[in-house]
Amino acid sequence: MASVTFDNATRMYPGGTRAAVDKLNLEVADGEFLVLVGPSGCGKSTSLRMLAGLEEVNDGRILIGDRDVTDIPPKDRDIAMVFQNYALYPHMTVAENMGFALKIAGVSKDERAARVLEAAKLLDLEDYLTRKPKALSGGQRQRVAMGRAIVRQPQVFLMDEPLSNLDAKLRVQTRTQIASLQRRLGVTTVYVTHDQTEALTMGDRIAVLKDGLLQQVGTPRDLYERPENVFVAGFIGSPAMNLLQVGLADGGVQFGQSVVPVERETIAQTTASTATIGVRPEDIRVTEDPNAGLAVTVDLVEELGADGYLYGHADINGVRTDLVARVDGRIHPYAGETVRLEVLPNHLHVFDVESGLRLSKPVTL
Amino acid sequence: MTASTVLDPNTRPNLPPEKPRTLDRVREKLSSKTATIAALLIAILWTLPTLGLLVSSFRTPDAVATSGWWTAFTDGGLTLDNYEAIFDPTRVYVNIGEGLLNSLAITIPGAILPLGLALLAAYAFAWIPFRGRNWIFIGIFALQIVPIQMVMVPLLRLFSSGEIFGTVVVRPLGGDSGFASIWLAHTILALPLTIFLLHNFIASLPNDLFEAARIDGAGHGQIFLRIVLPLAMPAIASIAIFQFLWVWNDLLIALVFSSSDQNPITVMLTNMVGTQGQNTFLLSAAAFISIIIPLLVFLGLQRYFVRGLLAGATKG
Repeated sequence: MASVTFDNATRMYPGGTRAAVDKLNLEVADGEFLVLVGPSGCGKSTSLRMLAGLEEVNDGRILIGDRDVTDIPPKDRDIAMVFQNYALYPHMTVAENMGFALKIAGVSKDERAARVLEAAKLLDLEDYLTRKPKALSGGQRQRVAMGRAIVRQPQVFLMDEPLSNLDAKLRVQTRTQIASLQRRLGVTTVYVTHDQTEALTMGDRIAVLKDGLLQQVGTPRDLYERPENVFVAGFIGSPAMNLLQVGLADGGVQFGQSVVPVERETIAQTTASTATIGVRPEDIRVTEDPNAGLAVTVDLVEELGADGYLYGHADINGVRTDLVARVDGRIHPYAGETVRLEVLPNHLHVFDVESGLRLSKPVTL
Repeated sequence: MTASTVLDPNTRPNLPPEKPRTLDRVREKLSSKTATIAALLIAILWTLPTLGLLVSSFRTPDAVATSGWWTAFTDGGLTLDNYEAIFDPTRVYVNIGEGLLNSLAITIPGAILPLGLALLAAYAFAWIPFRGRNWIFIGIFALQIVPIQMVMVPLLRLFSSGEIFGTVVVRPLGGDSGFASIWLAHTILALPLTIFLLHNFIASLPNDLFEAARIDGAGHGQIFLRIVLPLAMPAIASIAIFQFLWVWNDLLIALVFSSSDQNPITVMLTNMVGTQGQNTFLLSAAAFISIIIPLLVFLGLQRYFVRGLLAGATKG
């Protein structure tokens, strides 16, 4: 077990003008489950591969525990990796696949068999040990890939979108299995995904990347309740947070006909006359008061059983703006209607209109 | 059927869907009724001369000289005399049995040596990044243009006096080098194409496997032995058969590089015919003796042969 430290780690691809990973500073505590999340091309996989030793580090350092591994080959880093398409050795049986690293390391045959069996029990793979990967289902292959990592008892697990080749139902199942397995084994884990739901449900902490730059690191709750900038606000949460450009008013921001109160210090931080506000769909409600809130034309209501999501558009200072609000799954407005929406007080995120950085204090948790 | 059966478990989810679909369509078209009939016709047409030779090998010299082989079906008069003659040293002055042994002694190392070297080279070109890799590879590929006939004299000089372009670089092999010069000649001439074919196959193995192996602690040697060799088996087998048949059937290199006690069967056959062609009628029988071994090799490894050919075509 060990911690992982990225110290100004930078990766420039040859011929590239921009760093794929730009001065990444990140600390993963011993036994922690850290999720790297971001849109494609944000550098999350590159960061993971730098940690694995598969990608060169052009600048900065990477440490596992207290050991500087920046220039150490992958095999000496004491890590195990689960690949997106599993990368099982097609000509070996499940047991051979799982025991391959031990065989290379010169572990005796008996101990190898014992450790493989132990991992297989953990993953419910005992019946498949003599099979070749091509005779397994996608979920089983995924578990073999996990098993191959577990058998090694490494200091750090690296997982590169291990669930993206599974179907939706299996993905949800496996998600919880991996998370609980990691907690049971207590091995430091760095997990890469582009799916923010996976990130929120699995990680102890989440690091959001964009264009090679670290945007924010924090617990899932932190990121959800206190996004540091507009990008994180829009990326975390599904459906995404509403980001609206509105005018500043005395003591608050203008939301249609209402003024949503905002602390004076928040407004004082910007010199612009407008601000970007972020409101989560669940923090918006329909009001009957004809003199309050924002008039929104309903385009569509998605019924998801208990809840519904209202998709509509409004005119804010002459700009057509799309909005999503959570409504009751049974009693809700219908497409074509115009409703008035208001924001629950204290659930507003205010961002600088220029820099996109957060201005408001955290929402009271 | 193809090498993708070998690689499938990992690559299937990532394979672009068009590729197998095109392959399926081609396969479907090639197995239609007309295509089958056409293939059958071509096969018969191509086999007919061989059948003619087989029949001729059982006929008397007079019959061969005066009538077509197909008349044997109506006139009869088949005899084993030709086969007896070629194994009788008093009648043909060559020892066919020794020729077969020499052929084996030339062909087995002549196939294994280039294959082993080419495998190592192909792995290095495909998976070990080094400066100038692509240029060297292109250079090796380009060597295929050089015709064998042009290489003969320089190779002889290299073997006999250790010279390249008039400069002595190695100790010459000398007169009693045995089979070594033939093995080396075959190896040198086979390497460019063999490296090229194997490189294409090995380079198409999924990158993830190599990364997984590296993380699992394997170095280049172990990756080569435990991952690449087993996965490249279809390609290795098919190229091995190609090379085996090529060396077995070779006459030119054997004529130039072998001394009389190392003559393979091909050289013996030409000698057997005699300077005046007096034994020409024995040629068909002797030829059938000489193709027995390649035929056995082909039938034994045919499974890999077909698979390997397809594998090369679709690049796994």
